[in-house]
Amino acid sequence: VSRLPRRDGERIDREREVFFTFDGKRVVGLEGDTIGSALFASGRRTFSRSFKYHRPRGLMCCAGQCPNCLVQVDGAPGVRACTEPVREGMKVVHMNASPSLDFDVMRATDKVGTAFTPPGFYYKTFIRPRRLWPLYEKVLRHAAGLGKLRKSQREREWRTEYRRRHTDVLVVGGGTAGLSAAIAAAELGADVVLCDEGAEPGGRLLAEGGHGHARELAARAREAGVEMLSNAPALGAFDGLVPVWQGDTLHQVRARRVVYATGTIEQPLLFAGNDLPGVMLSGGALRLAALYAVRPGTRAVVAAVCDRGLEAAIALRAAGVEIAAVADMRAGGSSQAFKTLERASIGVMRGTRVVAAHGRMQIERVTLDSDRFGELQVACDLLVVSGGSAPATSLLSQAGARTAYDEERGVFALADLPEDVLAAGEVAGAGALEDAELSGRVAGAEAAHALGMGDDRSRDRAEHGLERLAQLARRPAEVAVPPPAPPKGDGKCFACLCEDVTVKDIHLSVAEGYDSIELSKRYTTTTMGPCQGRMCQLPAVRQMAEETGQTLAQVGTTTSRPPWHSVPMGALAGRPFEPAKRSAIHGRHREQGATVMWAGDWRRAYDYGDPRGEALAVHEAAGLIDVSTLGKLIVRGPDAGELLDRLYPNRFSNLKPGRIRYGVIASDAGRIVDDGTICRLDDDTFYVTTTSSGAGAVYEWFSWWLADWRLDVHLTDVTQGLGAVNLAGPRAREIMGKLTELDCSSEAFTYLDGKQAEVAGVPSLILRIGFVGEVGYEIHFPAAHGEHLWDALLEAGQEHGLRPFGLEPQRLLRLQKMHILVGQDTDSESTPFGAAMPWIVKLDKEDDFIGKWALERFAEEPPETALVGFTLTNGRARTGRRKRDHLRQRPSPTCASRNQALLRPGRRGAAVVSLAELDPHREALAS
Amino acid sequence: VSYVLTCPNCGPREVTDFGFGGEVNPRPRSAPSQRELNTYNYFRKNVAGVQREWWFHRSGCGAWFLAERDTRTNDVLKTELP
Repeated sequence: VSRLPRRDGERIDREREVFFTFDGKRVVGLEGDTIGSALFASGRRTFSRSFKYHRPRGLMCCAGQCPNCLVQVDGAPGVRACTEPVREGMKVVHMNASPSLDFDVMRATDKVGTAFTPPGFYYKTFIRPRRLWPLYEKVLRHAAGLGKLRKSQREREWRTEYRRRHTDVLVVGGGTAGLSAAIAAAELGADVVLCDEGAEPGGRLLAEGGHGHARELAARAREAGVEMLSNAPALGAFDGLVPVWQGDTLHQVRARRVVYATGTIEQPLLFAGNDLPGVMLSGGALRLAALYAVRPGTRAVVAAVCDRGLEAAIALRAAGVEIAAVADMRAGGSSQAFKTLERASIGVMRGTRVVAAHGRMQIERVTLDSDRFGELQVACDLLVVSGGSAPATSLLSQAGARTAYDEERGVFALADLPEDVLAAGEVAGAGALEDAELSGRVAGAEAAHALGMGDDRSRDRAEHGLERLAQLARRPAEVAVPPPAPPKGDGKCFACLCEDVTVKDIHLSVAEGYDSIELSKRYTTTTMGPCQGRMCQLPAVRQMAEETGQTLAQVGTTTSRPPWHSVPMGALAGRPFEPAKRSAIHGRHREQGATVMWAGDWRRAYDYGDPRGEALAVHEAAGLIDVSTLGKLIVRGPDAGELLDRLYPNRFSNLKPGRIRYGVIASDAGRIVDDGTICRLDDDTFYVTTTSSGAGAVYEWFSWWLADWRLDVHLTDVTQGLGAVNLAGPRAREIMGKLTELDCSSEAFTYLDGKQAEVAGVPSLILRIGFVGEVGYEIHFPAAHGEHLWDALLEAGQEHGLRPFGLEPQRLLRLQKMHILVGQDTDSESTPFGAAMPWIVKLDKEDDFIGKWALERFAEEPPETALVGFTLTNGRARTGRRKRDHLRQRPSPTCASRNQALLRPGRRGAAVVSLAELDPHREALAS
Repeated sequence: VSYVLTCPNCGPREVTDFGFGGEVNPRPRSAPSQRELNTYNYFRKNVAGVQREWWFHRSGCGAWFLAERDTRTNDVLKTELP
């Protein structure tokens, strides 16, 4: 492994080696390396194959901006090798090449030529015969796409979290401007979060000789109390919310002011073979050398349109790279960079551009075209390109900023900012180091000032800063704008590296009529790949302008949308979270062989393997069901009775303590909301049960009206705190008698009595209600005693034939009794009349109650539909002429060999055959 | 759509903490006509502008409160207990 001599600011720790594998082969890197730098240092130049043509691709930006180094790491595809740090033992595998990265049979798609693969080729070429499309699709799916997901769900799972962070100021971007902004805002007293996509804050300073200054700024920011998030790209700008992805955490940052210091993106140049490994952006070459002490090449040609490339040439020579030629597209210019190069005796060929790069697996030579010397060829193993700096305005656009074409610099620059959004540094046009620092300080101070912090002095300073920035902005830009169409040359010239879209493809798409940038984008998929337009937006717009004869301003840019940075879906999804409620007795149900099902949020016992037998036991002996899922509210206070009178169509204020009444809650539209029983415990206290699924909604409903009426009542939701079981059947009384001192005789404990007593030593509230139509005791108790009580009841009932029963037998039993299940037998249009419960509505109640006016009207005419019981004979429903009346519940054969269901006949009356025939007068129930 | 509501009890929280109760829709004081009843039950103003509405702090203190929100911008101008 060859490394450059030790240098200041390098990120690697030369003492600590890290071993990992690439395509099964052992690679040694250093602590602090990225996968990319370690592989490059070990001699590898090709990192992946391209999307469509399977062309070899190598490191280009070394900053996570381009798609050229995507690899698969420990099973996760689409990881950028150039930014992913090395970890001991990690398994790195190439993507999109078979059988191997260096020999890929699919490369044929590139060699055969583009005649077969124009944009949309799969729609054009593979469309006939139609019936073969499924086959084509299979083949195409195999050929397209990058990386492979692991097959099993378990292997793809990883734990991710959300974090919500409210702050005064968020600074996006940790370069010079971002750090300065964060420091300025924090020093004025603002709570500041700074997020940066790099491994450490500093931005361009780190690799361009300013690492000392960068670290100094970062230290000052930390001192000022700024929360610094590294390896944390901002994904988008939503209504006041910026999601920041950092490994397993998605920070949802909500800031009162956001400062975007997102910098610029160095642009590639268009020429034939511009994707060959060895073609590198100047920033990428500098990062390799400065941060990882890896020499990016031995002999380099530098092609630039601005000083950024020239400065890179000097730095690279200092790193031991031979500079074979410097081709500057500008014909004139006299900036400092030219002088520096002159002093370093590096000749600059002005008015020169790259026509083509040649080589098989990596660059071997380039063809240059010079105004003065004509065409010439230069051998090299590195071509450093610098196609100018495009402001990274994407997040700003999402936040509501407007961009406009800047003729002078040949890029789309910020034109207009919304009030609560600030921009600083290069993205705002303040490129030079001092400018960026000043611009950051001003933006940070402005953000704090907007929040009422700072004083006259800080305001004055910001004012002066703004004036100075305006002066600086008037300096001329020394940039050449690359021509839209590439110079002629053999071989493919890629406008879009992610999706393998060539300049010719864009030309074709315009010829076919896709002549707006948004249409061309969708047709060719330019800007839609992993780089999200960083590398391809500007070239595509330039070419579109050329092809259609418009100005760049007229063409405009495509709409920028989140996510700005590639992000795994899992990070967005957050922790997989499916809340499940289990009763305190749940463990016993499982032990006793219950089939468990979802019932709303609850996990409940569907049956214990024999629904028919379980139901039969309830009829003939006794059954025990866990009804802990019922909603339970304690309604307490001097006005408790009045509240219930107002909420229910029947009366509760006249209920005697120790007695129970059934109630249906209706809405003001007269529709059923929920039902349940209410037991009055004492003058001021009612115990209200609701349906299992309605517990939350009923609590909200009660408290809502209470908030409006402001009665002297307090509501307590005890659904989770109390468990409940229902013991029912002809032998239930005997079983109860064994476990409680309470006199359970029918005289002492009558139907609809509610009593408090100990059951098996557990303090309980016992409600005598007809839950499943047999003599029944619903026992409510502190949930912690659930298993004890369940065991005690089953043991006491063993000799009487007591069996636990599940949800399904309960439904059968209730069905036979015409006890409706709200939400199953009723829907959002059901009224108490339609549900065959006219008796529940007490319209003679003098006082108003919710639903009164609507129910008065419903009472006047027969309901359009009604729930009725009926019997099936010979498997056919005798429902009159209208055979298609919908069954609300499928008839199921029950223990009593009756087929019954609740049916909703039409207005003109399907024949109601029979009401529930078991115990029609409720004698057994009340006995 | 994502914004912050200030619960009168708990302070500013993400909107996902809350349940929406809809625009304030006063219940008729005395027996309404059929038309009034239907209007109350089934019609809402749905203004494009500042709306008074009910919110429930479902993942918090469990209080119902009133908010004034601009439905165009989701700016919450005011929250208060009834």
